[in-house]
Amino acid sequence: MTTPLLDVAKLSASYGRAQVLFDLSLQLHKGEVLALVGRNGAGKTTTLKAIMGLVSARAERLTFSGFSLIGLPTYRIARLGLGYVPEDRRIFTDLTIEENLEVGRRAGRPGRSPWTPERLFKLFPNLAGMKGRRGNEMSGGEQQMLSIARTLMGNPDAILLDEPSEGIAPVIVEMMAEAICAMKAEGVAILLSEQNWAFAAGISDKACVIERGAIRFQGPMADFLANHALRAETLGV
Amino acid sequence: MDLSFLVIQALNGLSSASSLFIAACGLTLVFGVTRIVNFAHGSLYMIGAYTAATLVPNLLEWSYGPVPFWLGILISALIVGLLGVVMEVLLLRRIYGAPELFQLLATFGVVLVVQDLVVQIFGPQDILGPRAPGLRAPVEILGRRFPSYELVLIAAGPLVLGFVWFILKRTRFGVLVRAATQDREMVAALGVNQALLFTGTLFLGAFLAGLGGALQVPRVAANNGMDLSIIAECFVVTVVGGMGSVPGAFLAALIIGQLQAFGILLFPKITLVVVFLLMAITLAIRPNGLFGRPEHFSGAHAIGIASHAPGRFNAIAVSALLVVLAALPLVADEYFLKVATEILILALFAFSLQLLIGVGGLVSFGHAAFFGLGAYGAALGVKWLGASMEGALPLAPLLAALGAMAVGALVVRLSGIYLAMMTLAAAQILYAVAFQWVEVTGGDNGLVGIWPSTWAAPRSVYYLVTLALTAGTMLLLKRIIDAPFGYALRAMRDSQARAEAIGLEPRTHRWLAFTLAGAAAGLAGGLYAFSRGSVDPTLLGIPTSVDALTMLLLGGIQTITGPIAGAAVLHTLRDQIMPLTAFWRLFLGLSIIGMVLIFPRGLIGTLRYWRQA
Repeated sequence: MTTPLLDVAKLSASYGRAQVLFDLSLQLHKGEVLALVGRNGAGKTTTLKAIMGLVSARAERLTFSGFSLIGLPTYRIARLGLGYVPEDRRIFTDLTIEENLEVGRRAGRPGRSPWTPERLFKLFPNLAGMKGRRGNEMSGGEQQMLSIARTLMGNPDAILLDEPSEGIAPVIVEMMAEAICAMKAEGVAILLSEQNWAFAAGISDKACVIERGAIRFQGPMADFLANHALRAETLGV
Repeated sequence: MDLSFLVIQALNGLSSASSLFIAACGLTLVFGVTRIVNFAHGSLYMIGAYTAATLVPNLLEWSYGPVPFWLGILISALIVGLLGVVMEVLLLRRIYGAPELFQLLATFGVVLVVQDLVVQIFGPQDILGPRAPGLRAPVEILGRRFPSYELVLIAAGPLVLGFVWFILKRTRFGVLVRAATQDREMVAALGVNQALLFTGTLFLGAFLAGLGGALQVPRVAANNGMDLSIIAECFVVTVVGGMGSVPGAFLAALIIGQLQAFGILLFPKITLVVVFLLMAITLAIRPNGLFGRPEHFSGAHAIGIASHAPGRFNAIAVSALLVVLAALPLVADEYFLKVATEILILALFAFSLQLLIGVGGLVSFGHAAFFGLGAYGAALGVKWLGASMEGALPLAPLLAALGAMAVGALVVRLSGIYLAMMTLAAAQILYAVAFQWVEVTGGDNGLVGIWPSTWAAPRSVYYLVTLALTAGTMLLLKRIIDAPFGYALRAMRDSQARAEAIGLEPRTHRWLAFTLAGAAAGLAGGLYAFSRGSVDPTLLGIPTSVDALTMLLLGGIQTITGPIAGAAVLHTLRDQIMPLTAFWRLFLGLSIIGMVLIFPRGLIGTLRYWRQA
């Protein structure tokens, strides 16, 4: 087995006195899509934030591409090639689409053709027609696409993608699934946090089930799909 | 009044608008990105003026001509820009997450430090800079002479606006800065080093402040009062224009420039009142200024007193303290009693501010307004109504309460930083009125001969009168803090939305709190007037407001007794140390910065923290 791209071992995080994550471990390998599934409040978002250094956390091991992320400021983590697309999208609403992409722009990585606004507009055709529009004049789905595109502008090796299907139209969800597959085809690994079970099942190679801040199951998606008892218990599906 | 005169007035208005915009632009820019209102922006402006007034003549001596002159202005601005970088790295970086009260106080600490250092470096006297080569001769406009340098200033404003617009809209730095203005965390998650972004912003903001100051050198002498006078004007411009909005600042500066130019024709003595009216009208219609947006995150200013059951021990301790204080005249000498009287007065002053800040979460930066109004109320009563102390003293809380009602009605609509800046501006305007309305207020000299009635004239008697009035008022305020009214204020401080959801009406409560705090501060001011025998405009000045805040900070903002301890310690320190050193402001400024950085709980707060830990 190759060494994982993102290696999380015994991650714990708290908000004030309330502990949210308990010794959580997971591995994301190069070029794979790993679905982090679990009920509302299970700790999915906190896991992603803790990896990005956005909430303070302790961990036995937290590495990306072999570099320890513990204690690193968020911008340094991002510069290692780890992208983050937050749950609430957090588009810069005063900036135009092109300017939003500019904020995300970082130098390309050797051996891969860098993402450019032109390539991203092909991936998300909806955005192409409204380059000069501001973030606050976009629908939720368009904002979601822009948020992903903005992160891709940094040419990441992996993306932490938080609830991309939340609150957007079913048509757009489908486009989102296509986009994720296209990103995967480019060699970008994706850690996908999802409540939309069907969406996650369709596009992920592996599943990681989180319950009350700890991992209940990690393995191939097919195994989890076959395990009806575990699915019913952890997700109710 | 003919056409040419009106044109000249309008041009004068444009040139002061330009100057004002260049000074204020950096302040609003820095606020937009860092969310810090940099009180020291005026100090940077002052350093720019002093540097240019010193540097440019040297350059002109070396080679006389426009190039060395403008080069000198530019170098001065660059030097100030670098000072901004130093300030960001050493101080601002450490307080980005702090409550805004602490941010304002820490940057005011820098103001104090700079005041002493400027006197040390450039000397105490004003420095008149050189006239601009090639622009010495006035031009003739419609038959009237107009200084040609003013025309350059008129052009400089739009030039700076264009320069800032270009940086913000057309450079990667500008895009990042605008993104960071909205969501710093997300910018970091995209791999941008915010520290560099903030340092760069401070450089730009300080550069503009320095440029603003340096450009003034040919028309006004660099002097050591220009920091506070310009910062108050900058506050008005940024508040009216909308915090963080550069075009808003430009428009606001244009309006204010014209108002001042023509207002002087209508109300020659009180042009500032016109500006205040403009602020009142603007904020009544648009509470976030012309181009400002509502603040989304407003939790940072909510620091204050939590509720806890009053113990029986407290009642005994208070009674014991009162007995000891009342017995003081038996042992203390005249001088000691004078100091003790002043401490009691300042304790009431600070305590009344605690009602606003600690309980109401209303960070008032102009509490001196009510202290000063009280002092002037009593003094005017004696001077113009011929009242005795018994008759004049009640005028103190009365006038202050009326003032607080007026200011309060305006500011309770605002929150957080807007409120802090508006209260400061209100106090500055009262300061200006006291300063300018010489026939009534005595101007700079103030009013003298405000002595207590004969029966109260002995120090010991006046001390006891002060003790009775201040202790009585403080106990009354304490009772109000512990009453449902106080709880309601705290609820609104911690979460306005939730308080409104259970049917509380924030504006009325806050307005009442303002009035109460104003009246109490006014009583303190009145007592102070009779204690000193005189009043003068400094009682209304920013340093007096900051004194009250420092006492709160020193004692502890989250405690009820904190301000009393803070007043005692600060006044004793001042009494002991100030006569010994020329660096009192440096010492005070560094102390304030130090307290904010390492000792934010204050004395009483720290004691309680230790006891609980």
